[in-house]
Amino acid sequence: MRQLRYREALREAMFEEMARDERVFLMGEEVGHYQGAYKVSEGLLEKFGERRVVDTPIAEAGFAGVGIGAAMAGLRPIIEFMTWNFSFVAFDQIISNAAKVHQMSAGAIQVPIVFRGPNGAAKQVAAQHSHSCAPFYTNIPGLYVIQPSTPRDAKGLLKSAIRSNNPVIFLEGETLYGVKGEVPDEGVEELIPIGESRLVRPGSDCTIVTWGRPYYTVLAAAEKLSAEGIDCEVVDPRTLRPLDTRLMVESVKKTNRCVVVHEHWPYGGPGAEIVDQVQREAFDYLDAPLERVTGLDVPMPYALNLEDKVLPTEERVIDAVKRVAYAS
Amino acid sequence: MMVMRRFEEEAARNYAKGKIGGFLHLYIGQEAIAVAVAEVLEERDYIFQTYRDHGIALARGMSATAGMAELFGKDTGCSRGFGGSMHFFDVERGFLGGWAIVGGHLALAAGTAFKSKYTGEDSVTVCFFGDGSINIGGFHEAMSLAGLWKLPVVFVCENNQYAMGTPLERTSPLKDLSIKAKGYGMVGDRFDGHDVEVVQARINEAVERARTGGGPTFIEVLTYRFRGHSMSDPAKYRTSTELEQRKQQDPIAVVREKLTGLGVQESVLDDIDLEVDEEIDEAVRFADESPPAREDLMMSTVMAPEGES
Repeated sequence: MRQLRYREALREAMFEEMARDERVFLMGEEVGHYQGAYKVSEGLLEKFGERRVVDTPIAEAGFAGVGIGAAMAGLRPIIEFMTWNFSFVAFDQIISNAAKVHQMSAGAIQVPIVFRGPNGAAKQVAAQHSHSCAPFYTNIPGLYVIQPSTPRDAKGLLKSAIRSNNPVIFLEGETLYGVKGEVPDEGVEELIPIGESRLVRPGSDCTIVTWGRPYYTVLAAAEKLSAEGIDCEVVDPRTLRPLDTRLMVESVKKTNRCVVVHEHWPYGGPGAEIVDQVQREAFDYLDAPLERVTGLDVPMPYALNLEDKVLPTEERVIDAVKRVAYAS
Repeated sequence: MMVMRRFEEEAARNYAKGKIGGFLHLYIGQEAIAVAVAEVLEERDYIFQTYRDHGIALARGMSATAGMAELFGKDTGCSRGFGGSMHFFDVERGFLGGWAIVGGHLALAAGTAFKSKYTGEDSVTVCFFGDGSINIGGFHEAMSLAGLWKLPVVFVCENNQYAMGTPLERTSPLKDLSIKAKGYGMVGDRFDGHDVEVVQARINEAVERARTGGGPTFIEVLTYRFRGHSMSDPAKYRTSTELEQRKQQDPIAVVREKLTGLGVQESVLDDIDLEVDEEIDEAVRFADESPPAREDLMMSTVMAPEGES
């Protein structure tokens, strides 16, 4: 299998789906002539033209709403938020319109739309540009929420998101765009189903559930723990709504321990939801309370030494695993 | 217009009886605008409205039974009891909804217009909203994009003088809202909304402009609602003198006078009124006797079914 960067995998997904279906178009700030603020859409304008790669003014509520209206009328828009931080000014469009109209119209209107862009902290971009947004969107019935960790998942899930008949929140990662990983060869089409978790690393001593940027922190921590004789099994939910708990529950029944590692704030969100579901479904198998390693409960500071404290670290993951394994 | 009027009078009665819940915003006094727009539009066109949406839905051809059953929260309603008064839908007739967040649906209307332009169809979108919408960001962003991309959409501001209970002079420094059009690079128009023929002619100009590639129009229609903002509003912020003055221009009375002036017999018009009364009585009976909204659809309609579409 070839190696692709995360951003290239996303670009391929959009390229293939736009070539396949005339109804698919990309709209957002700097997606066309600028070639994408993070170069995810590089080359798409040249291939598909201004009709289908639409640069917008800075007006997230406006173009999110235009996308929703276009989807209601039968198109399949991909709306790029330059970062998910800017989606907050379009929150009403997503919550009150995209997520509601299917049921509000008793199923008469579908909204096949993908909202995508980088989510979470980058590096030293401070409080307003570092939001990890999954908790906001996973709370809302009427939306799918996907947060892929690897290039392969990014491509396969974005293709499924574009083909979905529902509004999809697609949370990428600015720090993940340059990450390389295996992606099926050209001509091999892979659609990864929405709502399926993935066993990342088999192990027997402790289950770690993680996704997004901390996925890589966890894998590094698992290697170190392995050297100390603690063998971790890692599960990536990939889709956060609907949440597939099957693999994590099976894993916990085997390891009897679980640590959930995520970038978002600790209050609520998919991290807390996973703890709730796993403890109920695997209660009799648990040898320790579930632990969470999360982004700290503070707005993101600018200074690097502080930012490093806020985001989940290998050290905090290792400590948490040792605590549930009573190995510290 | 008589169907709308009697439909809403009956809705108000049934609200008082507890048959209808939630919010109920009546269109009484503004009917000429909806009738004129429905008259001008083609089947392939799209319409968006605020939560004051019964009038345009009926004008577009929704049956009084489907509308009344929706108010009663029944499975036979136009949104099968999931929408209620504020969220009527009739997709087959291009009526894409009543929307209940002020300013939130204007961008959706720009979106269906975007689709028309994208696919090269000559369909047009008409988007209604009130004078209460003009200060919120959703208005500005939708108008900006529609103007920038010359989308085939007509924005119809039904200026009924009050944003809930606040009169226009306390929400806008402008007396003439239509001058806002210029700032968005689109044509503006402004006229009285009590004469259905006037409204029809002027809306038609804007719709034709949109249909033939001339871009969007922002229209301010001056109108007045005879009831409060919603059923809980006794409208104490205006005087009874003002209300009585405005009722002199009741669009239904205006059209009746015109018709009799043209030689139509009073008895012919009275017969129409009686027919409408029967139609609305039947709608109430139908709504009352209809089965309730279905519990099994509650979970199954959260997400659309997947698969080719």
